[in-house]
Formats: sequence, structure tokens, C-alpha cells
Amino acid sequence: MAASAEKYKSDGTTGGNLLEWIDARFPLLALWNDHLAKYYAPKNFNFWYFFGSLALLVLVIQIVTGIFLVMHYKPDASLNASGVPIAFASVEYIMRDVPWGWLIRYLHSTGASAFFVVVYLHMFRAMLYGSYRKPRELVWIFGVLIFLCLMAEAFMGYLLPWGQMSYWGAQVIINLFTAIPLIGPDLGIWIRGDYVIGDATLNRFFSLHVIAIPLVLLGLIAAHIIALHEVGSNNPDGIEIKKKKDANGIPLDGIPFHPYYTVKDIVGVVVFLMAFAIVVFFMPEGGGYFIEYNNFFPADPLVTPPHIAPVWYFTPYYSILRANTVNFFWIDAKLWGVIFMGLGVMIFFFLPWLDRSPVKSIRYRGPLYKGALAIFVVSFLILGYLGILAPTPGRTLLAQICTILYFAFFLLMPIYTSLDKCKPEPERVTDK
Amino acid sequence: MKKLLIALLWAPLLASVQVFAAGAEVKLDKAPDRSRDHAALQNGAKVFINYCLNCHSASFMRYNRLTDIGLTEQQIRDNLMFTQDRVGELMTIAQRREEAKLWFGTAPPDLTLIARARSTISYDGADWLYTFLRGYYRDDSRPSGWNNTVFSNVGMPHALWQLQGEQIMGPDGRLALVKPGLMKPAEYDAMVADLVGYLVYMSEPVRNYRKELGVVVLIALAVLLVFAYALKREYWRDIH
Amino acid sequence: MSSDGTVDCVDCGRRRLLVATSVAGGVAGVAAVVPFVSSFAPSERAKSAGAPVEVDVSRLAPGEMMTVEWRGKPVWIIHRTKEMLDDLAKLADRLADPASSRNMQPEYAQNATRSIKPEYLVAIGICTHLGCSPSQKFQTGPESDVAADWPGGFFCPCHGSLFDLAGRVYKNMPAPDNLEIPPHVYLSDARILIGEDKKEG
Repeated sequence: MAASAEKYKSDGTTGGNLLEWIDARFPLLALWNDHLAKYYAPKNFNFWYFFGSLALLVLVIQIVTGIFLVMHYKPDASLNASGVPIAFASVEYIMRDVPWGWLIRYLHSTGASAFFVVVYLHMFRAMLYGSYRKPRELVWIFGVLIFLCLMAEAFMGYLLPWGQMSYWGAQVIINLFTAIPLIGPDLGIWIRGDYVIGDATLNRFFSLHVIAIPLVLLGLIAAHIIALHEVGSNNPDGIEIKKKKDANGIPLDGIPFHPYYTVKDIVGVVVFLMAFAIVVFFMPEGGGYFIEYNNFFPADPLVTPPHIAPVWYFTPYYSILRANTVNFFWIDAKLWGVIFMGLGVMIFFFLPWLDRSPVKSIRYRGPLYKGALAIFVVSFLILGYLGILAPTPGRTLLAQICTILYFAFFLLMPIYTSLDKCKPEPERVTDK
Repeated sequence: MKKLLIALLWAPLLASVQVFAAGAEVKLDKAPDRSRDHAALQNGAKVFINYCLNCHSASFMRYNRLTDIGLTEQQIRDNLMFTQDRVGELMTIAQRREEAKLWFGTAPPDLTLIARARSTISYDGADWLYTFLRGYYRDDSRPSGWNNTVFSNVGMPHALWQLQGEQIMGPDGRLALVKPGLMKPAEYDAMVADLVGYLVYMSEPVRNYRKELGVVVLIALAVLLVFAYALKREYWRDIH
Repeated sequence: MSSDGTVDCVDCGRRRLLVATSVAGGVAGVAAVVPFVSSFAPSERAKSAGAPVEVDVSRLAPGEMMTVEWRGKPVWIIHRTKEMLDDLAKLADRLADPASSRNMQPEYAQNATRSIKPEYLVAIGICTHLGCSPSQKFQTGPESDVAADWPGGFFCPCHGSLFDLAGRVYKNMPAPDNLEIPPHVYLSDARILIGEDKKEG
């Protein structure tokens, strides 16, 4: 996609003159056209296509509320005069003493959960319509990298309130890294900056959460969008709109992103904000899923809570981790758990090459893929639910079955997508 | 083939029904709702400060926040503050944690957030506290002489025993009042409800305001939605 | 449509809807910004730390000074003797602002003794030059190491500014202004509340 060569010509007004001056020195008009006014997106975007712009919205919410939280939060694990860790006390300071601090805090905690709701649905859209297929493999790869960074960002952010769940959740996850052979224990000490989780860990997680990972995220998100705009968006029919262009080179089924999708996304934003507001103002704890109740106890290295559960968005992968109970070959179950949990995320990278179907969109795929995807979704949801509960032999067996189904979706995909009986794709997009 | 696939989809869900069965939990009494009753909350504050604030701190709560529940700063200073603290200060205590640990086995926890911390997905922290404060019974096997139905082998003695009297655990597993206290059972229960109401309030003083504001925000967003949707429809008339 | 048949604007409906939605969105946007901007204001902790301080001066003997802290600053209370008060009037031509015309005190302290009650001076003990805290120099006459006719006052060690026992700065000093008098009110004869003005009514 070539950058537009035309430069802005003033209409004589002061504003116009200013724009002409800027455009002679900065590709303002080119950027505006290439990414908004003359970026032609398929006209058949449906409900599943809201989640990209919503993810951007949640990113902005997290950054803005994060900036204001950092003005009052103190990453210090030492105890104040009342015997309470200063970090924990600073969160309550925000909740009670800072004007509107309670709202900024709830926006940030709800935003963290909202980010994962939106991103999981955004990824699911890609799986429905084959948005990861050629020529969009790199868009997908940047996306999976964003997902990984998001998990790291959320994990590190959760330590900062320094409650019981913060502390012990971090303890469990960092101990996973110690399962790696040879370097494990030293790696754990290196990550923590100490022999146990403490002030050193808290301060470095603070730096990574506030500065390092957000910068990386911003870069990856820019790359994600640039890569997308380079090849153009996919659509629910999975056909390439650039194949049918009019005399001016504009795709027949394309419409300019601005104003049509800007105006449509505004509706999506308002609806999302209503759901978001319901949580923030009426159920910020989310039944204990968004702010875990145990986190209202300050971190106590000497008292382990009876039930440590990760935050809801990590539970599917936590289930996979716990499902590994057998020592295979010379690798013990704990390490297998780490390996499979890691593979569970990493395997997403390979999706563009595992999918051998001649069609992209689920609308034209056969029953094998539809069944496989349904099984995948159900297994993922069950794994997520099991991750919240304490393990029992029955639950572990179910987690093992669902883990196998989860991986089977990916590993068997080259086979069942090749065998699947697909329907013919349409020439032009449809209004289904 | 299609039927097989459908069966495959539902099998894990059906199988999982058994494994989801939760274990039995302690039965908790429902705490009466005092969240909008200023008189009850003021009474609860009084009980808290008189009976609890010696061993337990509430180190995130400022005295002058109590103007929320209808008290003036003068009233707070005159009736609820016994130390030299200024009314804008936090409800900290003089007792040192190391000493408390020696006397009670564990330092009495700070109570500002106890009502939120004791909540679970199945019950409210208020119910836990309400049952706890009424669930003490005499047990000579414990160093303090007291045990509790909700919190087995609790280190805390029954701070309110003079008001409730003494209960014992009967052979049928139920509590019975053997020595009456200064208050009749119904009176005591009402007072505990006030105290628990105060603890709930203290754990999140902004709660009522938060909900009121939420209604306003949702209405405003709904109005915005009408405009936004109309605008979308207007532009999308171009597209068929 | 105007009377000659031409349209007033192209896409009138669309433009009006766009304006209306933008206004609604703008209002919502401003409302959303308010909590963030407000969060900059002093917190309850800051307000509590900055709260007025009550001082009991019943034990303060004539000629003595006590210091209390208010908003992180030292506040001096001096119990002036009759002699000290008499000396104040004689210094006018040696002072930079003898009538306290510059705005360094509440109106109730804009008088000859810069106080509510003549015998007690309440002043912030921070030099108006660059913020050091001046030292007490109550010893009068040649035994003071200030000057032979020194009537008592304060000397700032950082750059040498001199102040009298009403906190007024001498002429030709690095400090430009008299010491600041904080808002204060008498709760009783011997109790002063520093940080608050007298309430009306």
C-alpha cells in the first residue's frame, strides 16, 4: 500500500494555512488518509469486529488511570507504624483520602479484567473468520506477543496492592520458573531479587508494570495496526475484498474507515462503557473475581491462604498447569505442568500454519472445524472454571481431558482442516 | 455424524456437573442491613470505639470521616475520641504488635477492611462477622477460656461477654445461653447488627455514594447512546 | 429550505446530529475529566496534617518563647514583657515596613504589635529572604553580640537579616518582608488555635 502523494492545500482560512504548513513538514494528510479516510475496510463487519477498537479504549483507560494511581501509590513492602505494609496502606489511602481516588482505583481494577474479556473475544473473532491466515500472519504474531505482554503486565500489576492474594499468587507463579532444570532455583532468585518475594520484587515489578511493559505494549500495538493496514482487514466471509476493485482502485466491498467505522465504533464504545460502568459502580469486586476478597488482607509471608487462585483470566492456563500430575521420562510432573502451560499459549503462534483449510471463515467451513472449535471453546471454559476451584481427583481428571482436547484442536488441525468438506466462498461479501 | 459431534460437545459439561459439587460450609446467619441507617451506624461506631479499638486498630479510617453517618466534628471529638488525637487523624492504637502477639498468640488484625476481607463468593463478610460475634461459647480447653463456632480455636477472647452473657456448646451442637449478660439476646443481636453495619461501612465508606453516582452515569451514557446510535444510522444510510 | 428554493446547508440533518452528538459527548468528556483533575487537590491526609494546632500558653513566662509546628513550619509564640512592647514603638525609623503595610499578616494583626493580644506574638519563624529559621537574640544592649543598642529580636544566620520582637525586618536587610503572621484565634485567654481565623457570628 503506497503512501498518498498528495499534500494538503489550504482553503484560505487560518486553520487551513496551519494544516498546509504542518503537512509540508509532517505526513499528516497521508496518515489521515491511509489509516482513516481512505483506509477501505470491508462493509460487512459485524459484532465481533468491535473488540479491536474496544481493546484500544481499555488500553487508554488503563494508562490514564495508571498515571494517576502512581501519583499516590508507594511500592514499599516495609511496615508502617500500625504494622501494615506501606504499599497496601497506600492503596487504602487512594481509596479513602485522595479525592476521587476510589473511582480511579476501581476503573483500573475493572479495566484489567475488561482488557482480557475484550482481548479473548478479539482473538476468538480471528479464529472464527481466519483472520490469522495469509497474508495476515504477522498481524496475528504481533497479536499473540501483545497477549503475552498483557499477561505479564497483569501478573506484575497484581502484586502491587500487596495483599495476600498478590503475594501468594506471585509466590506460586515465580516458583514455576524454579521448575526449569539446572537454572531454575537461581532463576527464581534472580527474578525475585531476593530469596523470598519482598521489597526488591515489589519495586522491580512496579518498574516493569508502569514503564517497561507499557512501552513494549505500545510498540507492539502500533506494529499490529500497521501490519493490518498494510494488507487490509479481513471480514466475516473471509474473502479478500482487494480482489474486486473499481476503476479508481477502490475495493468494491470496501468503505472508508472514517466516517463509517469511526461512527459505528463510537456506538460500540458507549455500549461497552455502560457495561463497564455497571461493574465499576455496582460490583467492582466482581463477586471476588475482579478484586479477590483475600486481597483485603495485607500480605503475610508467614500465613498461606487456604485457597490460592489466580485471577480469572489466568485460570484456563492454571488448570493446564495443575492437570499435569504424572512424571514422564526423566521430567517430573511439576516441570511438565510448566511446559504444557507455556505451550498452551505458544501454540497460538502456529495457528496460521496449522490451518490447512482452503477457506478462511467458519461460514464456509465444514462440520469438522465447527465441531473442533466448539469443543475447544467448551474445554477452554471448563478449564477456566476448574482453575478457580480447589483440585479433587475428579476435577483433575476432567482438567486432563480438557487439556488434551485443547491441544488436540491445534495439533490435529492440519488433518481435519484438510479433510473438511467446505462450501464455496462467495465472490462478494454477504450481509449475513 | 452431526449427533456424534453434538454428544461430544455436551459430554464434558455433563460429566463436570458431579465434579463441581461444593463441599459443605459453616451455616452463617444473615446480618441485617444497616447501610442506610445513620442512627444504627453511629451506635455501631460507639460500640466499635469502646470495645474494639483498644486491641484492634482501624488504621485506614479517619475520625472525621464519621461525618458521613450524620455526626458533627464536635460530636466526634466529644463522644468518640479518648486520646489526644485530632479529629482528622487515623484510628490507630497505642498497643504494640509484638506485645499483642505475646499476649494473644497473634497480633489482633487491623479491622478497617475486615468486612470485605471476610467475604467469599458464597456469603458476605457481614454475615461472617455477625455470626462470629454471636457465636462465642465457654471452652476451658482454650487459653482464653473461649471458643467460637465460626472461627475454631480463635485467639480472641469474647470482648462483648458482659453484654451477651455466657453461652456453652450443647451436646446437640447448638449454643445455649447459661449466664445472662447485661443485654437480652434480642438486644444483643441488634447491637451486634449495628456494630457489623459499622464495620461494613468502615470497609468502604464511599459505597452508598458510589451506587448513587452509578445510576447517574448509566443514565448519562444511555442518553449518549441514543445520540451515537442515531448518528451511526444516519451515516450508514449511505451503505446498503 | 429558504424561500427561494435553495437549501441552507448540505446534509442539514446529518450536520445537526453530528453537532448534537459532539456536544453530548463533550459534556460527558468534561464530566469524566473532573475526577482526575480533582485528584490533584490535597488529600485528607494532607488536610489532616495541615490542620490547625492548639497551643496552651498558660505556662509561658514573660520574656520566653515557645515553638510549635504548623503545616511543617515552625511557629513562634513569644510572651512579650512591657519593656519589649515599649521598645517596639521606638524602632520605626530603623525598620523597612514599620506599619506592616505589606501583606504579611491577617488584618487583625495589622497593628503596632502585629498581634491580637499585645503580650503574645504569634509568628512563623521563617526568614522572608530564603527560608532559614532565624535565631533568638533576646539579650539586649552591649552583651548581645548584635549591636550596642540592640533592643532584642531575631538574627538569621544564613544571610544576616535582623527582625524585631514584632517580627518586623530592619532596613537594608537581605530579607524584604516582615515575618509572616499565621491566621490564629484565641479559644480562651491561654489557648491559641493556630491555622484558623476567628469564626464569624
